[in-house]
Amino acid sequence: MGDRKIRVLIAKPGLDGHDRGAKVVARGLRDAGMEVIYTGLRQTPEMIAEAALQEDVDVVGVSILSGAHMSLVPRILELLKSNGQDHVKVFIGGIIPDEDIEVLREMGTSGIYGPGTLIETIVHDIRASVLGVSPGG
Amino acid sequence: MHSLDSVLGGDRLALSRLLTQIENDTSEGREVLSSLFPYTGKAHLIGVTGAPGTGKSSLVNRLARYYRHPPKGEQIRRIAIVAVDPSSPFTGGAILGDRVRMRDLAGDSGVFIRSMASRGSLGGLANATTGFVQVFDAAGYDIIFIETVGAGQAEVDIVRLAHTTIVVQSPGLGDDIQAIKAGILEIADILVVNKADLPGVDNTERALYGMLELVSHDSRLPASTADPTDTASNSLDSFWVPPIIRTISIDGTGIPDLASAIANHHLFLNKTGEWKHRERNRFQAELESMLREALLSRWHRKIDDGHYQEVLIRLIERRISPYQAVAELLNGGAQ
Repeated sequence: MGDRKIRVLIAKPGLDGHDRGAKVVARGLRDAGMEVIYTGLRQTPEMIAEAALQEDVDVVGVSILSGAHMSLVPRILELLKSNGQDHVKVFIGGIIPDEDIEVLREMGTSGIYGPGTLIETIVHDIRASVLGVSPGG
Repeated sequence: MHSLDSVLGGDRLALSRLLTQIENDTSEGREVLSSLFPYTGKAHLIGVTGAPGTGKSSLVNRLARYYRHPPKGEQIRRIAIVAVDPSSPFTGGAILGDRVRMRDLAGDSGVFIRSMASRGSLGGLANATTGFVQVFDAAGYDIIFIETVGAGQAEVDIVRLAHTTIVVQSPGLGDDIQAIKAGILEIADILVVNKADLPGVDNTERALYGMLELVSHDSRLPASTADPTDTASNSLDSFWVPPIIRTISIDGTGIPDLASAIANHHLFLNKTGEWKHRERNRFQAELESMLREALLSRWHRKIDDGHYQEVLIRLIERRISPYQAVAELLNGGAQ
């Protein structure tokens, strides 16, 4: 019998081309046994929401280093919701100023990770949020 | 049957969720798959295989675009793409990266792309790929592309699933000895030399032509009409010689040629009865593999685990051979 795998979409919206972080996280999640759909650079929020729908992911991880997070993230959340995917958790990685973090959390993002975050932390948080329990990892 | 109606009615989220149920082999997934099975059998299933890095995803992207924006007079087709990438044998995780090459198709509601991890399956597809294809077929997608794991020489499961198998090569991947080995080149209905702007393309193409010349035409004849002495029926219509098409995915060169080769093959399959022949082979292979799985799990439920472990230990200690172990387990345990 098959078993349930956590499916994660790693997306890079906006115009900056710095995808090292996104790739490192994608690889780390893969090594934690997750199925990671990698979409490449310069995605629009519409493309991200569409991919999330077609791939039926549990999690969308967005990497943003351009400073455009306050316009991109709300749009992604809105599109996921209007597609009927309210249950999808959104995590953000990149350079997010402190004053924006609280606002983004209130909008409904599940985690925000800056430089220096351990992969283990992200893996733990994703598992906890998707499976609804802390696996104690 | 709520989920069935939604999928047949074109609800993309319901379709996507059903695919997940099938991939995880849930009882709900099996149930819906059974009830939508009568709606299948219309789509043209096109397999795309070849070594990693030959440009399978980019080629599928181009072909899908062609079918969505066809030349005047041709029908617009709805396209589904099932793209399989390997799972890690150690962690079970996977990076599914085929969508990166398919961004041109975003925003088109007539295209549905689904990535899947192979999850331990070795033939180039995943166990649930067949189920995915059935869902897309029932949901009214006209053409379903199945892109395999980057395949080497033995990942030939695709030939049992697809009506038309495209094998993608690119220049610089090996000499003519590679081309005459058994396996992946043998299964091609259409051979593509992609990246045809790279040096070495003439050599690659020549090696493929050389390989095709050695193919016995008998072996490509549909079983029903195979009679090499009957020169009358041995016309060009009755056997298929795989065409070799040069393409350049980045600028779309050769894509119309490839599309017309696909159309010709579709015509050939219908005219010769080969379509039915392939469907029969496909269902037989699938039935047998499902039977094997069901029998094995039934046997496992019946067998006493202590006895199994005990036989295993004697096997490890070389006191019995694997053949003897099998005989003992089958005779001693479940019947």
